[in-house]
Amino acid sequence: MTRAQAGAPRDAGKRTGLRAWLPLLRPGDWLTVGSAAAGVALLWLALGSSGPAQRAQIRAGGRLVAELPLTIRKTVEVAGPLGLTRIEVETGRARVASDPGPRQYCVRQGWLDRPNAIAICAPNEVSLTLAGTSVHDTVNY
Amino acid sequence: MTRSTIELIATEQDQRIARYAAAAIALGVAEAAIPSPLPGIKPGLANIVTLVVLARHGWREAAWVTGLRVLAGSLLLGQFLAPGFFLSLAGALASLAALAACVRLPSRWFGPVSMSVIAAFAHVGGQLVLARLWLVPHDAVFLLSPLFATAALLFGVVNGLAAARFLEGDAAGEVRHPS
Repeated sequence: MTRAQAGAPRDAGKRTGLRAWLPLLRPGDWLTVGSAAAGVALLWLALGSSGPAQRAQIRAGGRLVAELPLTIRKTVEVAGPLGLTRIEVETGRARVASDPGPRQYCVRQGWLDRPNAIAICAPNEVSLTLAGTSVHDTVNY
Repeated sequence: MTRSTIELIATEQDQRIARYAAAAIALGVAEAAIPSPLPGIKPGLANIVTLVVLARHGWREAAWVTGLRVLAGSLLLGQFLAPGFFLSLAGALASLAALAACVRLPSRWFGPVSMSVIAAFAHVGGQLVLARLWLVPHDAVFLLSPLFATAALLFGVVNGLAAARFLEGDAAGEVRHPS
């Protein structure tokens, strides 16, 4: 690839290589691209790099009824106004296996494996949340 | 055969919009053939046309071209009224809204690249909001946002540079039309 030489005529057709594109950026464009890149980096930091999920928290009627490590396979049944919601915990993931609710959103979500992932079975007032490696949790408090 | 009593007169502006829209539709259809690692991430080459029209003829014509492209493009690809159509419509509306604000920026400082990047982010934002409200009623969709934002930045810059290259000759006062 040939590079445009310094002092070469600035004809659109004659400039080649990456350098040919630089004059197309106006001063404010650098600002726009720079702040957009910073925003993207922040998004990755905020959402992309959370560690693995460690615990499954099960709430019924807003009250924490069970907190299980995601290391042992276990099935828990929680009672709500409509009946029993069955929650399965495995290594590294958990899911709502069955729920008496009409729309089954929380069941269809399938396996949760990321920190802060949540499945809410609103009609039966049961929720399943995964917690990561935060320093402050219910045990500390 | 009786002559139709209704006569539609296509103005020069109508024809110009149709030509630009045809170019945008062709780019959109060609792009649909490019395989993508993630559904929904694509370069959005048709937006180069939107940017060129925006710079040459203003926001109203850019909105017409984009609207026609979304509609006709989805008909050609068999996506009309499918979720993909509404996602692309939401993205187009969001980016047109962003561009309506952007055209007020001083053009000495902000060129097609700024327009392109801002519109690309608005596009992804509009799509994510619609997806959250309608397709995936769960905050997990936002976990994909770093990926989509990265694509928006990359393709926003590339498309903006392409549009800027196209518009280079315009500074001399000569306005070209696609033919």
